[in-house]
Amino acid sequence: MNLSTKTATLLGLAALVALAPLFFPSGFYYRVGALIFVNGLAVTGIVILTGWAGQISLGHAGFAGIGAYACALAPVHWGIHPGLAIFLGAAVSALLAFLVGRPILRLKGYYLAVASLGMGILISMVLNNERDLTRGPDGIDVPELGLRAVLKTAGLDLTNGQFWYFFCGLILLLGAWIALNLHDSPTGRALRALHGSEVAARTVGIDVPRLKLQAFVISAVYASVSGSLLALQNKFITPDVAGFMHSVEMVTMAVLGGVGSVAGAIFGAAVLTLLPQVLTVFAEYEQLVLGLVMVLVMIFLREGVVPSILRKIRGTGE
Amino acid sequence: MTTTPLLALEGLGITFGGLKAVNDVSFTVKPGEIVSVIGPNGAGKTTLFNMISGIYTPGAGKVRLAGEDVTALSPHLLARRGMCRTFQNLQVFQTMTVLENVISGYHLQESGSVLADLLNLPASRRRAKQAEEGARALLKRVGLDRAAEREAGSLSYGSLKRLEIARAMALSPKVLLLDEPAAGCNAVETEEIDHLIAEIAASGVAILLVEHDMKMVMRISNHIVVLDHGEKIAEGDPATVSQNPAVIAAYLGAENAAG
Repeated sequence: MNLSTKTATLLGLAALVALAPLFFPSGFYYRVGALIFVNGLAVTGIVILTGWAGQISLGHAGFAGIGAYACALAPVHWGIHPGLAIFLGAAVSALLAFLVGRPILRLKGYYLAVASLGMGILISMVLNNERDLTRGPDGIDVPELGLRAVLKTAGLDLTNGQFWYFFCGLILLLGAWIALNLHDSPTGRALRALHGSEVAARTVGIDVPRLKLQAFVISAVYASVSGSLLALQNKFITPDVAGFMHSVEMVTMAVLGGVGSVAGAIFGAAVLTLLPQVLTVFAEYEQLVLGLVMVLVMIFLREGVVPSILRKIRGTGE
Repeated sequence: MTTTPLLALEGLGITFGGLKAVNDVSFTVKPGEIVSVIGPNGAGKTTLFNMISGIYTPGAGKVRLAGEDVTALSPHLLARRGMCRTFQNLQVFQTMTVLENVISGYHLQESGSVLADLLNLPASRRRAKQAEEGARALLKRVGLDRAAEREAGSLSYGSLKRLEIARAMALSPKVLLLDEPAAGCNAVETEEIDHLIAEIAASGVAILLVEHDMKMVMRISNHIVVLDHGEKIAEGDPATVSQNPAVIAAYLGAENAAG
C-alpha cells in the first residue's frame, strides 16, 4: 500500500459518507449507515491486529462492552460527561488489553485467540451478573451525548439519525486515517515484518512480543470506541454487545472484506451490517450465515473480497 | 592486527537431549576479518550461528561482542547491539517490496514512539524518509536498486541472498553472520556475493561465514575454523587448514586419510 492507496481509501470513504444520504429512501437508512460506520471502526482495529500483526482475538467484543458500559455507567455514577466516558472506556480497554496481552503474547502460536476468548466471556458474564451496577441482561439506559444540542444552538439542526450518521462517519474516517498512517510507518512495517517471518523480524531488531502487544492494545481501543458510539446512539445497551457472537461478527466482517486492507474491512462491515437489515429473515439464521461466509471466503477468496478484486483489476497485489 | 576482537566465543557449547551438538568451541573474529566455519553436514555450524545470534541459549560458554558479554541475549537485543545475521533458508519478508525489506532493517534506528506513527507526525515522516534513503543506497550497493519496488517474493534466489545481506547491513552491524550466502547461486552470482562480502569486511565489519562452496571459502577467508561432530578439530589460514590431516579425515573419512 502506498500513499495513493491511503489517499484513495480516505477520499473514497469521505465521498461515501457525504454522498450516500442523497440516495437514502427514508430516514431509517441514516441509522443503518451509522451502524455500518460503528462496525467499520471495530473491524479497522481487527485489520491492525489480525491483518497486519497476524494475531487473532476472539474476545474483542469484550472491549466494545467496556466502551459501551463506560458511557452508560460513568456519567450516572461518577458524573463524568458521556463524551469523556468514551476516553475512559478506551483507557480501561487499553489497560486490560495490556494486562491480558503482556504474558500471552510472549508465547508463540495462537494463544491470544484462546486467552481473548476467555476474557470476552468473563466481561460478558460480569455485565450480565453484576445486576446492581449494570442491571443485567435487560440492559441499561445510556445518557445523551449532548453534542447535537450544541450543534443546534450553533445553527446546524440535524435529526437524531443524521447527527449519528455524520458523527460516526467522521470518527470512522479518523480511525481509518490513523490505521493507514500506521500501515506505512516504521511500526506498521515492523508489524507486517513479524507477520511475514518472526525469526527474521527478531534478527532485524524488532521486539516481537512488545510489538504484538502494541497492536493488541491499539485494536482494543478501536473496539472500545466502537462500543461507546453504539451505546450513545442507541441510548440503551445490553450485555450482548460484549457477547461472543459479536466478537465472531467482527472477525467475519474483516475476513469477508479483506483482513489486510482497511477499505476491505469497512466493505465487509457494510455487507454484514446491511444484510440483516435488508433481509429480515436473515436475522434468525445470523450465526449460520456468518459461519458460511467465513468458510466460503477461506476457500475461494483467501485475501477477502476487496483485495481479490483489486488484484484482478490491477493484475498485481496491493 | 592488534585490535580487540569484535566477536569472541569462549568455550561455547549446547546439548540437545544428551547429544552434544556443539562442544567447547572458542575462536575470535577481528574487525575487517573474514572467518569461515566449515565442516561436514551436521557438524553444528548452524547451531553455532543460532547460539551466537541468540536464537538458542548456549548451555555453556560465553559470547562476547566487542568485549561485552552478550551470551543468551534475545535476538532483537543482539541485533540492536550490532550482531546481525542472514539465514541458510532465506528469511525475507515475501509480501513486502524489496525496498521495504531493507527499510525494516532500519527499524531499530528509528524505533520512535508509536503515537507519532499513528498520527503521522513530522518526526515519524522524517524517520521514514531517512530510512528510505539509506535503504536505497544499500540496494544500489548490492545491485538491487532497480528491483526496489518489486515484491520480494518475485526475486531470483541469488537476488534474495543479496537482499538479505542488504537488510542486515541496514542495521549497521559490527559483526555479520552469513549462513551459506552462496548456496544455490550460480558461478556469476557467487562471485558477486564474494565481492560484496570482501567489500563489507573492508569497511571494518567482522564477518563470520558458514559456506559449503570450498573454493569461495579458500578464496575470501582470512581464517578458517573446522567443526566436526560439534567440536573444533582445526583452525588456521586457508593453506594450513586444507593440508591438515584431521580436516581431510573429517571430510573424506578416516580410512582415506590413514591410507
